[in-house]
Amino acid sequence: MKSNQRIASLDAPLILFTAIMIIGASYMALIYAPTERTMGLIQRIFYFHVAAAWLSFLAFFIVFVASLLFLLKKSRDWDQIAVSSAKIGVIFCTLVLITGPIWAKPIWGIWWTWDARLTSVFVLWLVYIAYLMLRGYIHDPMKRGSLSAIIGIIGFLDVPFIYISIRWWRTQHPQPVMIDGEKSGLAPEMLVALLVSVAAFTLLYFVMMRYAIRLERVQDDIHHIYQDIQNRDQ
Amino acid sequence: MDFFRSIWIILEKDLTTELRTKELIGSMFIFALLVIVIFNFAFEAGRDEILLIGPGILWVAFTFSGSLGLNHAFAVEKENNCLQGMMLAPIDRGNIYLAKVIGTTIFMYIVELMMLPIFSILFNISIIENLPGLLLMNGLGTIGFCAVGTTVSAVTANTKMREMMLPIILFPLLIPLFIGVVEASSALMQGGVMQSEEIGVFRNWVKILIGFDTLFIIVSYWIFNYILEE
Repeated sequence: MKSNQRIASLDAPLILFTAIMIIGASYMALIYAPTERTMGLIQRIFYFHVAAAWLSFLAFFIVFVASLLFLLKKSRDWDQIAVSSAKIGVIFCTLVLITGPIWAKPIWGIWWTWDARLTSVFVLWLVYIAYLMLRGYIHDPMKRGSLSAIIGIIGFLDVPFIYISIRWWRTQHPQPVMIDGEKSGLAPEMLVALLVSVAAFTLLYFVMMRYAIRLERVQDDIHHIYQDIQNRDQ
Repeated sequence: MDFFRSIWIILEKDLTTELRTKELIGSMFIFALLVIVIFNFAFEAGRDEILLIGPGILWVAFTFSGSLGLNHAFAVEKENNCLQGMMLAPIDRGNIYLAKVIGTTIFMYIVELMMLPIFSILFNISIIENLPGLLLMNGLGTIGFCAVGTTVSAVTANTKMREMMLPIILFPLLIPLFIGVVEASSALMQGGVMQSEEIGVFRNWVKILIGFDTLFIIVSYWIFNYILEE
């Protein structure tokens, strides 16, 4: 309980700073950055889309590291970090999958194409949804930790295979209209806006992690209290 | 107990059980056959289309029937607390994993060997010309399938909803493998001598499958200690 209070004292400045960064990033993305010549206003979704994608990769990497450490150290802390990061990763991965089609429809004329990058993100989303589902079906906390850590590790090691295989699969079947929006030379203002946006999202990740981890701790506490009551009744 | 002997003992147990009951291979085979029959009604494809979608259909059938086999691999050990007995034996946990991988690979590969000629007859595709390549691809695919599948199966055997959770976790992880096997088999099923470009594609897929198989066997061997702990 005490550690929770210690964490809380850091909250206010961190949240304030994150909020300022997010407002700043929105300004940069919506007003400061120049409008893209061919794609127009819709291209501004790029700053959120790419930042969310970066964040979900970061979050899944943290799941991998925390899962490894949980197996080695057997400390509940690492499991709490892993699951919190997985949840946040899935949220931002979902945002990528939503903002992507919104951007794609006016530009490519279609909501979705089975392109390498899109498909990889979609598969990644499925892997971590399965990870979270698995946790729901195991009661014992230590067992839940180690079993899901195994999926957290295997899932992350699978990522390069998923990406390479889907890319090869796609390069062998040429796709219709595809504009390589991201590599077509970014104006310096656009790059700055993107970096600010990525920084803001990363800060948001840490804020969300703090709350998610605290939530996991409270759930653990409740689980222990519940068990104590059950033992007393017997 | 030495490495090979401990693996062989578990493997022999599984093989003997299967030889006496024949329940697993039989049901996996019929199930795979059913999937192909249903796909036939769903697509009503001509020869050209079959060349395109055939390998995919075949591997959907193998994937589904393979997950039946994987569910069985640890479910059967849960009965009468056999798993406890196996864990008490002076055997490295990783060896239990390897024995299970070899066992399920053998069962699944037998089913594939039975299915290939039937598939070839039913859809009028010649598989003789590139048979060694097809056998190699299916072998590598099956090893990878069982390498990841055995680990996931051991994980889900600990949960409620085990039959449901196995495919939900396993299938996304197997997507690279599935793409590799299907792409390479479809190049092989075109028939005739392969062009140098096709051979290059085939080699690339073989390489990626070997990488996939090796990585996941090594990682799972290490990680298996953490699944079977009490």
